[in-house]
Amino acid sequence: MTGMEPETARAAHSPLRAQRVRSAWLFLAPMLLVLAAAAGWPLARTVYFSFTDASLADLDARQWVGFANYFSVLHMPSGRTLYDGLLVDPVWWRAVWNTVRFTVISVTCETILGTIVALVLNAKFAGRGIVRAAILIPWAIPTIVSAKMWQWMLNDQFGIINVVLLNLGLISDKIAWTANADTAMAAILIVDIWKATPFMTLLILAALQMLPREIIEVARLDGANPWQIFWRVTLPLIRPALMVAVIFRALDALRIFDLIYVLTPNNVNTKSMSVFARENLFEFDKFAYGSAASTLLFLILALLTIVTIRIGRISLDGGR
Amino acid sequence: MWIVKRAAFYLLVAAIVFVAVFPFYYAIVTSLKSGTDLFRADLWPTTVSLANYRNVLTEGSFARNLANSLFVSGAVVALSLLLGVTSAYALARIRFRGRSALLFIILSVSMFPQVALLAGLFELVRMFGLYNSLFALIFSYMIFTLPFTVWVLTTFVRDLPVEVEEAAILDGATPWIIITRVFLPLMWPALATTGLLAFIGAWNEFLFALTFTSNNAQRTVPVAIALLSGNSQFEIPWGNIMAASVIVTVPLVVLVLIFQRKIVSGLTASGVKG
Repeated sequence: MTGMEPETARAAHSPLRAQRVRSAWLFLAPMLLVLAAAAGWPLARTVYFSFTDASLADLDARQWVGFANYFSVLHMPSGRTLYDGLLVDPVWWRAVWNTVRFTVISVTCETILGTIVALVLNAKFAGRGIVRAAILIPWAIPTIVSAKMWQWMLNDQFGIINVVLLNLGLISDKIAWTANADTAMAAILIVDIWKATPFMTLLILAALQMLPREIIEVARLDGANPWQIFWRVTLPLIRPALMVAVIFRALDALRIFDLIYVLTPNNVNTKSMSVFARENLFEFDKFAYGSAASTLLFLILALLTIVTIRIGRISLDGGR
Repeated sequence: MWIVKRAAFYLLVAAIVFVAVFPFYYAIVTSLKSGTDLFRADLWPTTVSLANYRNVLTEGSFARNLANSLFVSGAVVALSLLLGVTSAYALARIRFRGRSALLFIILSVSMFPQVALLAGLFELVRMFGLYNSLFALIFSYMIFTLPFTVWVLTTFVRDLPVEVEEAAILDGATPWIIITRVFLPLMWPALATTGLLAFIGAWNEFLFALTFTSNNAQRTVPVAIALLSGNSQFEIPWGNIMAASVIVTVPLVVLVLIFQRKIVSGLTASGVKG
């Protein structure tokens, strides 16, 4: 990141350097303004709304309520004590659980499948270009379109998946994949894994192609079998890149919205944190409560982001 | 033994290709069916009909939605590249205090969950009278296109040789001249990659488009497809939905296949967005 600047030119002309720094800020100003207006300010307002009782109908008629949206204690006249707020809302915790479960399972499957496909694509064989092009297709398809395509294939009455499974004798009755409590999450996972594995594959493949061939050649000459080579040589070498890919995917999975909103609408078994937040903001007229959920989601992701950047740095330094 | 291994390997390859391609293939097959054919699960079309495509493009507002999506995505790409090129030059070539902090902030913004901005953006959009306007979408899409555009272009500019700029500086060229005359011609590969990724991001975006537009005339295609409905609640027009899906996906698939290598290098260079 340093030392790329024309040193000689700078040392020779000090006024020139001042001019360059001035123009740097001038060039950056529009971009920073846009980011501040489109990201910084809205985020601050969301956090602020979470401490008020704002409602969608009239955002301006709001009052400061402190942490009431997060947690509050009510003492009833009858002597009973009630707890209220997001932190004791079972629906919110259900959404947190759904999101975490979805993230862990989908990212694990995508990592394993992505590694397998990347290893296949890293081998030389006839038609490799075609396979590489084919796996880009799920990645290129808009999420909403893939949700609709799979919704049709998983349709309980006419979906091809039920028809094939019935004909093979694997199921005895047609399954309502996206509506059943037991299968809704599975449906979401299938579609997400189908769509996101290519991204994983590409990142892992890039790491594999940077490996020096000689190392693997030496291991092979030493009599190691392919299995040993993968676990002892290849995997440790691609681990930094793999970790970065896993964390990026995990951050993406934790904010999932589109797929769940379209494929399994109003299903408590799949509702994610993002769906919960938007629903409260714009459908249940609980704008402030939804803001509180958004804020919590942001805090969780911010924490993970800090960890990500830490790990990213470590892997960068280790690679040099 | 060698033959068995080879056969198993090609079987695996065939399985990968089948799983990757089949859903899209099946969408195309479905989109070509009409009437009651739709409800038979055939693996290939027995009769080919373009009725679904005609319906989608002439009835309803889908043609308008396509135009909306093109306008929004085009504007987002143009704006992100314009802001990205100048920022990338400043970040990669000029040393000033606070540069690493800026890069850190830009990288962090790309991790923001969109939902966390929704409430604040909604207030902002309403305040400026942009609710149900495409400009609200162009503005809000900057959140996810700008950070990674700046990031990827900065990496690219940093790796260009120092000499190209030195000569221009000694000739007394201003930074603006250096950007437009020296760097821009060299940056086309990076601009194509980041522009394409920004286009795909904007073309596919759903949450903001769903929240900031309220009628069919202003919707973009992902929202239009998600909300396509039939004459009654129980009659889902699968043929039309599949035709619309194929229409919005084919241009993307073609672009992605043409620019395969560039996209792969762009994704791995940034590692930021999927």
